Amino acid sequence: MFELFKNLAKWLTSGSQWAGTDGIAHRLAEHLQYSLLATLIAAAIGLPLGLLIGHTGKGAFLAINLASFGRALPTVGLVVLVFLASGLSMWPVYIALVALAVPSIVTNTYAGMTAVDPDVKDAARGQGMRGHQVLFQVELPLALPLIMTGLRLALIQVVSTATVAAYVSFGGLGRFVFDGLAQRDLVQVLGGAVLVAVVAIVLDLGLSGLQRFLFRHRTA
Amino acid sequence: MTIDWSWIGDHTDDLTSLTFSHLQAALTAVFLGLLISLPLAVVAHRVRPLRGFLLGLSNVLFTIPSIAIFVLLLPISGLTRTTTVIGLTVYTLVVLLRNTVEGLDSVPAKTKEAAKAMGTRPLRTLLTVELPLALPVIMAGVRIATVMSISLVSVATYIGDGGLGQLFTDGFQRDFPTPVIVGVVLTLLLAVVADAALVALQYVLTPWKRRRA
Amino acid sequence: MIQFDAVHKRFPNGTTAVHDLSLEMPEGGVTVLVGSSGCGKTTTLRMINRMIEPTSGVIKVGGKDVTQQDAAELRRSIGYVIQQSGLFPHRTVLDNIATVPLLLGHGRKKARARAAELLETVGLAADAGKRYPHQLSGGQQQRVGVARALAADPPVLLMDEPFGAVDPVVRTQLQDELLRLQKELNKTIVFVTHDIDEAVRLGDRIAIFRTGGHLVQCAAPAELLARPADDFVADFLGAERGLKLLSLTTLAEVPQGSAPEGGTWTLVVDEARKPLHWATKGAEIPVRPLKDGDSLLAALNESVASPTGLIARVDAAGVLTGVSSRDDIHTHAGQAHAEARTHTGTTRTTETEAAAA
Repeated sequence: MFELFKNLAKWLTSGSQWAGTDGIAHRLAEHLQYSLLATLIAAAIGLPLGLLIGHTGKGAFLAINLASFGRALPTVGLVVLVFLASGLSMWPVYIALVALAVPSIVTNTYAGMTAVDPDVKDAARGQGMRGHQVLFQVELPLALPLIMTGLRLALIQVVSTATVAAYVSFGGLGRFVFDGLAQRDLVQVLGGAVLVAVVAIVLDLGLSGLQRFLFRHRTA
Repeated sequence: MTIDWSWIGDHTDDLTSLTFSHLQAALTAVFLGLLISLPLAVVAHRVRPLRGFLLGLSNVLFTIPSIAIFVLLLPISGLTRTTTVIGLTVYTLVVLLRNTVEGLDSVPAKTKEAAKAMGTRPLRTLLTVELPLALPVIMAGVRIATVMSISLVSVATYIGDGGLGQLFTDGFQRDFPTPVIVGVVLTLLLAVVADAALVALQYVLTPWKRRRA
Repeated sequence: MIQFDAVHKRFPNGTTAVHDLSLEMPEGGVTVLVGSSGCGKTTTLRMINRMIEPTSGVIKVGGKDVTQQDAAELRRSIGYVIQQSGLFPHRTVLDNIATVPLLLGHGRKKARARAAELLETVGLAADAGKRYPHQLSGGQQQRVGVARALAADPPVLLMDEPFGAVDPVVRTQLQDELLRLQKELNKTIVFVTHDIDEAVRLGDRIAIFRTGGHLVQCAAPAELLARPADDFVADFLGAERGLKLLSLTTLAEVPQGSAPEGGTWTLVVDEARKPLHWATKGAEIPVRPLKDGDSLLAALNESVASPTGLIARVDAAGVLTGVSSRDDIHTHAGQAHAEARTHTGTTRTTETEAAAA
């Protein structure tokens, strides 16, 4: 056990491990790149959808249950299926990454929109704001904390899915896990797992901190 | 991409055993999660400083991708069902802890005061007043944890377990979509059935919440 | 200024919220809509700025049919104050007040300057502008709500139970503020409340509604109190409506004489001739002196508590001018009632006329 820890520590800190196309630095950059890009695309789809459902109230059933459906979908199965069905190409896997991130964005955006005090919306209309003005000047800013939570959760979800995607030859930190499994190199496997865990935790804590800072003026 | 229906016919036995194995892993994890989270949640709810720590810690754990958790447990319990269940329990524990604390929070202070004023001791109040009233939120947590668990079991295929997840790796290795499709469908079905069963259970356990005809 | 002509409101679920309403709300005056819950008073108010659309009938503001105008633009020309204030929690107080001027396209600087003016108008400190709504008390938030409604200087102000969510002491202060503002600004105000005392205090005209959206009586407060159209109105006004009427008349007409010398009780004053208390051998009873502007009701209250039946009257500076007797106060109270009874001008609905016939 202790031997294992020593080797793991060595693996994580050795310069040679960090350098090169198969090095930690490159894989880390890849992983972050995939994750951020996929989250952004998921946001581009999920945000307008959530805002629309929240503002008009139509399609609430979808918004509420989408997250449950997303939660039930087995990530591994989806990634493998998409990969096989597309004739072993990469793009559909990207789509799977995006697809699995959309539910939490839609659900949280919708939750944020419905949490806006109806009296505030009433007052906004009463002052003479048109529909889109109420949406962008009042509802959206007030829903922002929960929207940000949804984006944060989506990002963490994508980081996780991207790790699994390495199974079907995606890059990123998952490479260490699966190459390690194939090579029966436990240190490499653990190294990959530790890196992914740290990345996820750092991103989550960082974004939570940012959220708390941005909304420090608001009440609970 | 076509489904080879005959494959399904040929493998119904395997599919059945995989499904049971899958369900067993998921339900064990939920059960263990409940067992541990309940007392933990009561402590977190009552002891202010511990609350922040416990909830914060569980948030951090929840962030970690499931494959990482399974892998990190390997040195401890190896390529066994135990690893799978422990890994899953980490997640169910987080969800259930969060929801149970929230459920206990949602019990109106006035109701607890009334119980106290009638001479009910704290433990009895907890068992007969707080927990029943917290039940809806706790059940919501159980539902989430169960569905999530059923989905996560398949990730354990990489450590040699995985229930229906094995169909995914099998299909990948052979470039054969049928088992993968079947695996996805069965997993979703399991989740839907489990969720529905829990909704029914919640209905039975909370008679005061039922709408009048 | 605001006219309702045979207005109906029926909701999709079948309830009739407003039934055949014809009513005129005079320009520059405060019209109060009262009634218990479900009587349609809020629905009526919200039809003026088209937050709710009438099912049939015509509503005119300033002679123009409201349904013929663009709703958002209509609302920018009408002030709107609601019970929970509905302030935008993500904007500072100043930016909240500046909402409508900004919507109308005034520049940010100009809008904020106007907002700062209004802060003063509603009695808030200038530094309140930098704070966020949740940092203010309930009463202060409501003042901001009023300031926001006045920002674009609209001729009409709609207020939906604006003082309902604050405690009684703050409520009285806010009512005082509103009366003071109205003296200065002379807006056409439509005010909804379920509190008859508030209605009597604030209203130039009071419209009483019955459940189901029926207008039962619309009249000036004195007339309403002296001549309720039917039992429903009488009940709504409460058992002490006779006394409530006295809150509307002042002491000014009641004669005063000089304080009595000798006798069991003497009125003790300080060096500045301000009344302190009634004194007799071994006892003192505090006195609350009244100015000419105070109501007959307050005078009656004081005269009952006074050991001599006399009340102390003072000028604006608080200096003793004389005393008035219980009998004189009673006489004037009776006169006030007689006047209110004979004064004409009630808007009666056809229903109450039929009932009276």
